[in-house]
Amino acid sequence: MARRPKLPAPPVPSALRAPPPRPGQDNGATPLDHAKEAGTTVVDWVDERTSLSGAARWMMFRKVPKGTNWFYTLGSATMFAFLSQAVTGVFLAMYYRPDPSGGAYESIRHVTNEVFLGQFVRGMHKWGSSVMVILVFLHMGRTFFFGAYKYPRELNWVIGVVLLILTMTMSFTGYLLPFDQRAYWATIVGVNINGTGPLVGPYLSDFLRGGGEFGATTLSRFYAIHMLLVPGLLIALIGAHLYLVAKLGTTAPPWIKAEKNPELRKAEA
Amino acid sequence: VPDKHDQHKSKYTVDRMIPGAFEGETVTRRRFMTGTAHTAGAIAAASFALPALGFAIGPIFKQPPHFWEDIGVPEDFSNNNYIPVVITITQGIGEAGKSTAYVRQHNDEIDTDPYDRTTPYIAISTRCAHLGCPVRWVDAAERFICPCHGGVYDLLGRRVGGPPVRPLDRFYTRVVDGLVQIGSRFSVNSELERFSPRDPGEPIDGIGQYLYPSRPSERR
Repeated sequence: MARRPKLPAPPVPSALRAPPPRPGQDNGATPLDHAKEAGTTVVDWVDERTSLSGAARWMMFRKVPKGTNWFYTLGSATMFAFLSQAVTGVFLAMYYRPDPSGGAYESIRHVTNEVFLGQFVRGMHKWGSSVMVILVFLHMGRTFFFGAYKYPRELNWVIGVVLLILTMTMSFTGYLLPFDQRAYWATIVGVNINGTGPLVGPYLSDFLRGGGEFGATTLSRFYAIHMLLVPGLLIALIGAHLYLVAKLGTTAPPWIKAEKNPELRKAEA
Repeated sequence: VPDKHDQHKSKYTVDRMIPGAFEGETVTRRRFMTGTAHTAGAIAAASFALPALGFAIGPIFKQPPHFWEDIGVPEDFSNNNYIPVVITITQGIGEAGKSTAYVRQHNDEIDTDPYDRTTPYIAISTRCAHLGCPVRWVDAAERFICPCHGGVYDLLGRRVGGPPVRPLDRFYTRVVDGLVQIGSRFSVNSELERFSPRDPGEPIDGIGQYLYPSRPSERR
């Protein structure tokens, strides 16, 4: 549709013109106008009381260096893998029973074979854990090879290493939960590997098992570590990790060289 | 009037020229308030943190239950081959708490080590001394073989190949009222000398027995 040319308002005598809106009135706003503004109104109401928009703008509208590429998305990918694990894990927890005398295996069998979409959600959690571990290592490799761990980002590297260890702890504790033969023996071997550390090893493996032998509390202990202790730590440290990324900014890839100031170049010549 | 040098030296707040100071007061009220608040916070935190910590590490010091389990009559066992028996290691968790032991009668010709003279039956644990997988007795080879990482043991449970760091553990045995009973676990070093039970992967030859201490509750 062609745009209509804008015509000047016809000269109307002042007596016939609509009076200007009086102050304090709604300026002729219809309920439809109010509805259109509802989103802005709600956001304004919250922002006036929290000043969150400043933080959101600080977090999201950042300058990124020249040369930023797809490798820089690996950290976000890891975070989304974690979110996927968190959501599917919460729903799996609604069915799971940490009962070593048969209930655990039975509850997993029930989820897999009988619950609507249960096999799919459990599959997301099971395969997603491998995806997350792979993404963590790719993200770590990107950071290492791009030199993004150097000053002033050393602390973020350290937090990242702790996040890696916590991710491995999640993998180790989650592996026992299906409580089939593979889960049971893998955990026996894994706990005994912890026990081979001199001096502290025997105490560490006793702590993990909750006793000298694989016992009644071992499974529930692993379950509590898997779904309460480590996720809490992970969420807190991911928050710290993101805060430092926003505060310090990202690095340019190593092949991007700093442009010299043309003024300085002239002076050099 | 106290001079400036004295202001920082005196323990009395009055001498340090602090507004509102009382006579004879040595700690400012602001400092006292801060200290009280911190102490109250520390007590509140400790009152839930210490019990939780004790709860978490308590099992390390727990006395494991000792019990004797009937495994059959003496006629069930021979003195030149092993019979597998299923025993309960942990009560109350069903199949997950069970394990297998290989049992035979004491044989003076085979069991020549000086430490096992008094044991009527030799009961070998199937828990591999490498990382705890279940070994099985292969009659044709006269060897215990572990499926996980290839540990191999001889008739007496001594390592002959693979990664294990010590011989297979054993259990105490006794005969009561004509029934063979199996008791608690003990570990042996490469000379078949007895030690308090250790976890798999923990060598007890030489310095190993000190690097991998036994549980205080199980020490004998």
